[in-house]
Amino acid sequence: MKSTKTNLTAQIPSILTICMILLIWQAVAVLQIVPDFMLPSPVSVGKALVNDFPLLMQHARYTVLEAMLGLTVGILIGFLCAVFMDHFDIVYKALYPIIIITQTIPTVAIAPLLILWLGYEMAPKVVLIVIVTFFPISIGLLEGFRSADTDMIRLMQSMGATRIQIFRHIKLPSAMGQFFSSLRISVSYSIVGAVISEWLGGYYGLGVYMTRVKSAYAFDRMFAVIIAISALSLVLMWLVDLVQKVCMPWENVK
Amino acid sequence: MAELVTKNITKQFDGQTVIKDISICLHNNEIVSLLGVSGAGKTTLFNIISGLLAPEQGQIILNGEDITGKAGKISYMMQKDLLLPYRTIEDNVSLPLIVKGEKKKKALEMVRPYFKEFGLEGMEKKYPSQLSGGMRQRAALLRTYMFSNEIALLDEPFSALDTITKSSIHQWYLAVMEEIKLSTIFITHDIDEAILLSDRIYLLTGKPGRITEEIVIQEPKPRRKDFNLTNEFLSYKKMIIEKLEG
Repeated sequence: MKSTKTNLTAQIPSILTICMILLIWQAVAVLQIVPDFMLPSPVSVGKALVNDFPLLMQHARYTVLEAMLGLTVGILIGFLCAVFMDHFDIVYKALYPIIIITQTIPTVAIAPLLILWLGYEMAPKVVLIVIVTFFPISIGLLEGFRSADTDMIRLMQSMGATRIQIFRHIKLPSAMGQFFSSLRISVSYSIVGAVISEWLGGYYGLGVYMTRVKSAYAFDRMFAVIIAISALSLVLMWLVDLVQKVCMPWENVK
Repeated sequence: MAELVTKNITKQFDGQTVIKDISICLHNNEIVSLLGVSGAGKTTLFNIISGLLAPEQGQIILNGEDITGKAGKISYMMQKDLLLPYRTIEDNVSLPLIVKGEKKKKALEMVRPYFKEFGLEGMEKKYPSQLSGGMRQRAALLRTYMFSNEIALLDEPFSALDTITKSSIHQWYLAVMEEIKLSTIFITHDIDEAILLSDRIYLLTGKPGRITEEIVIQEPKPRRKDFNLTNEFLSYKKMIIEKLEG
């Protein structure tokens, strides 16, 4: 109980800053410094958020589904890449440059291609999310595997442990902290990736909805979508924290 | 009835001889220490005996069987306690059994009886970070013992502990060794510790490191509480210092 209290106290400065920004924003809108149709006031954005809430949730379902599908596949591929790169040096040398190159390709540039190849349904979105999420996972895990204490590995070797046992008992658990750090990044990438690919075509999803309200010049509803997307990312990152706490109980005992 | 013999072990790194012609033996239920300054190749010798490194020359014989370059025969406790931070103490201690292929549940049952003897009762479900230095060392020793109850190599097991903890863990160590009868070679650069705990001491000196002396400590076991304050103790110490200064 005590820790949640101190957590709240620690967050007071950031909460106050957010309130300040909202107040200034409201003042700017009320005083008509920026015309209302260009910058809606926080109050009208709030209203739009409440009014559109059922619609937003309906679209969010698709976005989240795509993100989760892509993330799951991304984690699997990232994990396999990391394991093989760690295990076989030749795989590391062969794959590492390619993995880096995949990250230099701008997402917005390949999204239209993916849509042309894979259609307007979920497939191109999921593929795009896989591409953006597997990278942090595989690099993070690889770093984690390599950061495993060499003395612990030697200790296992002195016991006659096999490579698989060393992986299972030393490398894998040593990489968990890194894995969750990467997962936090990948989770936010997955939502952003989903939205970007939805912009470029599709029937459902927050990105699709966003393009619709944009073409209607409904800026207040536009902001409402942005808030929904941020909130979604935050909730997912918080979930990752929760899972990490459960999976790494030794981190909580200190 | 374990007996370990090393025959003329020589090891080079990058053409430089680190240890030369090391021949030592360890009899059943004996505590032998390797005493020498840092850099004399003590840890290298342990890495060879444990099978992590292969020597250029020489053999390691365990109970008549040549085990040169074979890991997994002798338990090895390294300088750091190397308890895995993500495993509870009982999971750490049972790790050697799991490596040997025991099921987790069975391994836990096998280690449980020893917690009392090693002064770790109630610590089973704790994580290493929750234990004091002395307790961590005892847990590491128990893990070493769980791997093999025949022969253990201990590399400066108590060097990281403060003087008070060290002296109490020495008493505890001698007592527990009386019980579990684990034949041990341990590395130290602490002359007092070597005299206090060992039946025999090998001096490892020079570059490359060689065994220059073997000293038998005549004091019977269990040892007197104030052995380290007696004249015999001091004369051993004097002799060793003279030999080390050569």
